[in-house]
Amino acid sequence: MNQTGVIFHRELNSYFSTPLAYVFIVIFLMLTGVFTFYLGGFYERRQADLMPFFMFHPWLYLFLIPAVSMRLWAEERKTGTLELLLTLPVSLKTAVVGKFLAAWVFTGIALALTFPIWMTVNYLGDPDNGVILAGYIGSWLMAGGFLAIGSCMSAATNNQVIAFILTVVICFLFVVAGFPLVLESFQAWAPSWLVDGVAGLSFLTHFEAVSKGVLDLRDLLYFLIMIGVWLLATAVIIDMKKAD
Amino acid sequence: MIRIDNLKKAFNGFQAVDGITFNVSPGEVLGFLGPNGAGKSTTMKMLTGFITPDSGSVSLCGFDVSNDPVAAKSLVGYLPEGAPAYGDMTPLNFLSFIADIRGLLGKHKTSRIDEVIHLLELQSVCNRPIDTLSKGFKRRVGIAQAILHDPQILILDEPTDGLDPNQKYQVRELIRGLAKEKIVIISTHILEEVTVVCTRAIVIARGRVLADATPSELEARSRYHRAVCIDLVDVPEEDAVTALESVAGAARVEVSSDHTGLYTVLPEPNGNLLNAVHDLAIRKGWNVQELFMERGRLDDVFRQLTTSNLGEPEKESETSNGEAA
Repeated sequence: MNQTGVIFHRELNSYFSTPLAYVFIVIFLMLTGVFTFYLGGFYERRQADLMPFFMFHPWLYLFLIPAVSMRLWAEERKTGTLELLLTLPVSLKTAVVGKFLAAWVFTGIALALTFPIWMTVNYLGDPDNGVILAGYIGSWLMAGGFLAIGSCMSAATNNQVIAFILTVVICFLFVVAGFPLVLESFQAWAPSWLVDGVAGLSFLTHFEAVSKGVLDLRDLLYFLIMIGVWLLATAVIIDMKKAD
Repeated sequence: MIRIDNLKKAFNGFQAVDGITFNVSPGEVLGFLGPNGAGKSTTMKMLTGFITPDSGSVSLCGFDVSNDPVAAKSLVGYLPEGAPAYGDMTPLNFLSFIADIRGLLGKHKTSRIDEVIHLLELQSVCNRPIDTLSKGFKRRVGIAQAILHDPQILILDEPTDGLDPNQKYQVRELIRGLAKEKIVIISTHILEEVTVVCTRAIVIARGRVLADATPSELEARSRYHRAVCIDLVDVPEEDAVTALESVAGAARVEVSSDHTGLYTVLPEPNGNLLNAVHDLAIRKGWNVQELFMERGRLDDVFRQLTTSNLGEPEKESETSNGEAA
């Protein structure tokens, strides 16, 4: 096993050795259920697709993902294990990537456990499973983007609550950047390239494209670049703030 | 071989480490002494590559910590201040994680883990989460983690803090046993530990090296070095003091404030008083309870070094990541 794998493994196990994983998964599943069936009008729409399920994911992630990411580095710093980890013969990059992957796979597990909804829609009708798969991929990539932002905020402080709040605020900005209300307020005065630029930065715009089944390389790249950039920022911040 | 050259580090304008230079050779056990905030932990953090020095260099067995950190770190076993460990893991899982990271494989891995568990007597707590362990066990898990890969260089920040006297004894024996071919650096507040374990002591304060000598050389700097203590029964104090002061080679006589009849005779430089005091006691027919010569008091030297010529009191500066509950 390579070192990224070792750190990934330890980290993923640590989610499941505390109640965090179970609480998170149960709440995530309950909320997706509530949103899909009550707010999304899953039955009332009489359409065999999972749009009502996926459309609430950005809002769910906005509060749930920071709860996962806040401990990533803040806890290590608080308990002093950061010093232990970074004096082991591993590069900082390995540690950042390993820990991020564990959190990402963990949210992937939570997401995968929503499979009863997929079974329901297949039982009730004849949905396009390709679109649904695209929706899952898009949702997971978006979760990765949220997590990478959270990782960076968590690296910046040793207080998990502060990490949580900062992550929510920044993620909120990235979500609402694609909101019609926000874009309209820009359209009134800003040149169109700026409006496009703001919309282009939004999680919402890219996620909606993917979840409609349009797997555009640019949308996938957007999320991967987001993840890459925020993880790089994580490494830089940890390196800068190690001594504090 | 460790080479440390003119190491400097400042935090927010406070110079925590201010030009520390020393070398350590294999076989040496170096004790790092200093008051709180002297820069001990900061120096250790730079030695192990956790924080980057503002200037100066650290080379561990030929590997520069800044330029080749992974190679340098793989030679070192390090117990950070406060012995941090992942609290949700059991000692067994934790050691297995460290072994994996350090690239120990297969049988070698299991045999090393078994070995350190026996060495530090962790058998009884092997499968309990580290969070639930007592301070002494946590410390020993930290030491186990540091020696797991049989490192060339062992750096321990306060290794016996929180251990009971028996455990302290065991850990010191362990360090002594390791030290034959290796380099060991320990930081400690406990001065007796330096006499017992270390072959060399460095006293630092204000981020500077104030003394670098063997423990016995340090003791020799004490004004109590070769002083003679005598405990007398039923001898009037004035008579005893006058008589002791008249001994050839005696510089001063101190009367113990908390034990009546105990006198310490301080020698002139290079004087030997033991025989003279002994003869005096026989001549006077004193009832002597105890008579011995002191080696010197390290705490006295420590106080002298760290408080004299330095003026105002120390500012608390060391980063303390280790205050985990």
